[in-house]
Amino acid sequence: MSISAQEAHYGFTERWLPRLVLAPSFLLTLIFLYGFIIWNCYLSFTTSRLMPNLTWAGLAQYQILFENERWWVAVKNLFIFASLFIGSGMAIGIGLAIFLDQKIRGEGILRTIYLYPMALSFVVTGTAWKWMLNPGLGLEKLMHDWGFIHFTFDWLVNSEMSIYTVVIAGVWQSSGFVMALFLAGLRGVDDSIIKAAQIDGASLPRIYWKIILPALRPVFFSTLMILSHIAIKSFDLVMALTGGGPGFSSVVPATFMYAMAFTRGQMGVGAASSMMMLATVAALVVPYLYSELRGKKNG
Amino acid sequence: MANTLGRILIYTVLCLTAFYYLLPLYVMFITSVKGLEEIRSGNLLSFPTDISFAAWGKAWSSACTGVECRGLSSYFYNSVRMVIPGVLISTALGAINGYVLAKWRFKGSEIIFAMILFGVFMPFQVLLLPMAQTLGWMGIASSTTGLVFVHVVCGLASTTLFFRNYYVGIPDELIKAARLDGAGFWRIFFKIILPMSTPIIMVTLIWQFTNIWNDFLFGVVFSAGDSQPITVGLNNLANTSTSVKEYNVDMAAAIIAALPTILVYVFAGKYFVRGLTAGAVKG
Amino acid sequence: MKKLKVSLLAASFSIAFSVHAADVEVLHWWTSGGEAKAAVELKKMLEAKGHKWKDFAVAGGAGDNAMTALKTRVVSGQPPAAAQIKGPSIQEWGDEGVLASLDDVAKKEGWDKLLPPVVANVMKYKGSYVAAPVNVHRVNWLWVNPELFKKANAKVPTTWDEFFKAADALQKAGIQPLAYGGQPWQDATVFEAVALGVGGSDFYKKAFIQLDPATLQSANMIKVLTTYKKLKPYTDKNAPGREWNLATSMVINGKAAMQIMGDWAKGEFLAAGKVPGKDFLCVAAPGTAAAYTFNIDSFAMFKLPNKDAEKGQKDLAVTLMSPEFQEVFNLNKGSIPVRQGMNMSKFDDCGKKSAEDFKATSAKGSLLPSWAHGMAMHSATQGAVADVISQFWNNDSMTAQQASVKLAAAAKTK
Repeated sequence: MSISAQEAHYGFTERWLPRLVLAPSFLLTLIFLYGFIIWNCYLSFTTSRLMPNLTWAGLAQYQILFENERWWVAVKNLFIFASLFIGSGMAIGIGLAIFLDQKIRGEGILRTIYLYPMALSFVVTGTAWKWMLNPGLGLEKLMHDWGFIHFTFDWLVNSEMSIYTVVIAGVWQSSGFVMALFLAGLRGVDDSIIKAAQIDGASLPRIYWKIILPALRPVFFSTLMILSHIAIKSFDLVMALTGGGPGFSSVVPATFMYAMAFTRGQMGVGAASSMMMLATVAALVVPYLYSELRGKKNG
Repeated sequence: MANTLGRILIYTVLCLTAFYYLLPLYVMFITSVKGLEEIRSGNLLSFPTDISFAAWGKAWSSACTGVECRGLSSYFYNSVRMVIPGVLISTALGAINGYVLAKWRFKGSEIIFAMILFGVFMPFQVLLLPMAQTLGWMGIASSTTGLVFVHVVCGLASTTLFFRNYYVGIPDELIKAARLDGAGFWRIFFKIILPMSTPIIMVTLIWQFTNIWNDFLFGVVFSAGDSQPITVGLNNLANTSTSVKEYNVDMAAAIIAALPTILVYVFAGKYFVRGLTAGAVKG
Repeated sequence: MKKLKVSLLAASFSIAFSVHAADVEVLHWWTSGGEAKAAVELKKMLEAKGHKWKDFAVAGGAGDNAMTALKTRVVSGQPPAAAQIKGPSIQEWGDEGVLASLDDVAKKEGWDKLLPPVVANVMKYKGSYVAAPVNVHRVNWLWVNPELFKKANAKVPTTWDEFFKAADALQKAGIQPLAYGGQPWQDATVFEAVALGVGGSDFYKKAFIQLDPATLQSANMIKVLTTYKKLKPYTDKNAPGREWNLATSMVINGKAAMQIMGDWAKGEFLAAGKVPGKDFLCVAAPGTAAAYTFNIDSFAMFKLPNKDAEKGQKDLAVTLMSPEFQEVFNLNKGSIPVRQGMNMSKFDDCGKKSAEDFKATSAKGSLLPSWAHGMAMHSATQGAVADVISQFWNNDSMTAQQASVKLAAAAKTK
């Protein structure tokens, strides 16, 4: 039944109560989300430096932004980090979920072990991994002590490779969540389809590939959205793990915005950079939401 | 035969992976019980020769986080005071929002949902300054109330999403039948919907608890001395640099800070998965 | 019903945790050993005057997190009473119109007579005092482990040429010559010392205070950059991200022979029980004996809505400049008093030398603000310039020529 047809059956209270109930949250969102975005947008067109001010500056801040080398390093890093983080996180998560779905003994314990990193704050994760990946104290020293004298793992202190250490720590933290989502999804797949395929003689890997994974499309998309938003927002992790270094080789847009707005007294540039971040997020999310809504209307 | 080989392979992979996941926690823990000399001379994985929990005591009650040297204990309680209202309020709001958006749709409610949903993807740094200004006007800046408010506003999108997706899976017939029996909006919610909501309430509580407890950015920016949460305390403690960096105290402090959320996942993890299975984030 | 309970809960929270009127809230990031001890002294003295110290410590990033917290507080209309702000940032904050005037205190205590003009000007905004200085740090120090030098039969260097000779000798003896911490501000600190030693005071003034583009791209600058990069092979692989005091402890423990760092390093030596002149030496960074780059910590006072708190602020300012505080604080922190005319007998030889050089260079015109520590440029410019230096240090494919061009571009940042 369509919404308006439904509505026609409502009594007076029923027509207004839902709106009333939703109103506070909607208002909060309007003011604190969209209002602030507009405020921030305006700020990006002002000459704000240490504190916000209202002097118009046109596109000056955006120009400064686009000429800033640190910004482009941040953007590049975001692409590298996001694609590797999402890709490996998905792959590992799905793999673990499939394995765990095989009626394993001790599934409960294993599941908890894979899931607990999500409980940690990124600050804790970054600190722990920073220590483990430190050449003088962590993994490299361990290998040396074990006799592998020529083993090197200095990614953390290498300008070229520092962003990849953020991937390692990030994947460690989030792949358990992917696993949980896919495990839930796998459990929801109808057994009879699988049994029918098995009777037809298909091997287990083939069944997964051809039947089960395609059936999990909705879970793929939800996971993709959640991982993307974690990737874009990554701030705590980078700050704790590398601080953006060595130099500024591992900065990401979130840390760039923070530095500009708060540390460097270039608030206008910071606002411009967060508008860019927002635009990227919107470009990814709005089509998804649109398809969601359209799907629901038909469903 | 192939099956057994396959099983062995699966178990091996799972166990190796478990090792990779547990490694950092193991390292953190054994470092926290070692003496400083041992940490410097030994290596990451070496088992402590002498186990001492002195570092834990120091982290809790006497480590320096600035001029104060009272350890993490007061920050811990600040976090508790902030998390409980934050989690409860945002979950409650999410529940009724989800209820409306799933079962009492009206013209424009889908658009409202989409608008609220966009909040899930917002980078939070954008909010800092305007939020500070607004909290100032409201008179609750730098206080636990202010922090709770911020967390509720920012958590609204996720909690609404979770509940709405879950409630969509509840058959409309149930509602219709209840209405035929004369039940109204609230009655249906409390008598029918809520009792069925345990899995999703668990998921939301766990999710919100984790996010709010672990938040650092809002904590450092919207709090003052007596409302600073434990993440801020941990940061001050760990960044307290003396020529003798007390790794064991740092690690103990990090584990103390992480303990509540870890325990939540250990004990309530299965509800989390169950809740997800029941449709928290299904497309 | 739930909502009513919740709002009652919220109301009770806000009543329980509202800020008391007479508290003096102080924002700082002194959470390390020697610094925290010094801060405790300040707290004790303030409380002896009858006020309550409300600690607002935010560690990390040498003030980055603290500055964020400060900005949000100011924006929300609830600034702390005092915040650890130094250098041109004081003027930047003054521009925003949020600082409170300390002229009445300054006049009563005679600050104009107690502070050298180069310092007093930084503490003023448009002629009014808005901040109280706490100490004077000398940045261009070289800290030396004499035992290691003896072992390698090397001479403590006074010029950069001598430095490299000594470094080679040390390396041959299997000793790491330079302890280094790879963080942007440390990169800038070492670079600044090289620039001063290779280029001289006038070069320094033109390049970093006047930001003259020609000087920034000159052959002299390229020579400075090359010398700076030449230091890298004498440091160790684990330098990136290392905290300054961990580098100092390398020198303390005999793992490295030298460190180029400001005088707060002395605090670490003293805390480890080392004796200056015997266990460690403090000499001017190579080539800079006749110059002095200073870093002055100060507390800026914010306009407060509350009159009671203002009294606390004024008392804080008086305390900061008092001889008792200046002595006890600087003894703990490793710096020297900024208040002139103090009795320096309790200070060790390094401190005494610092005070003498401060007076001497002030008369000669080679008393220079340390740009690496935010004393010479606006935060935006300083950040951009430090970025270039860090990049140059970490990226082996960048040439000195390219770096100098980037420096000139960075200096244009407003």
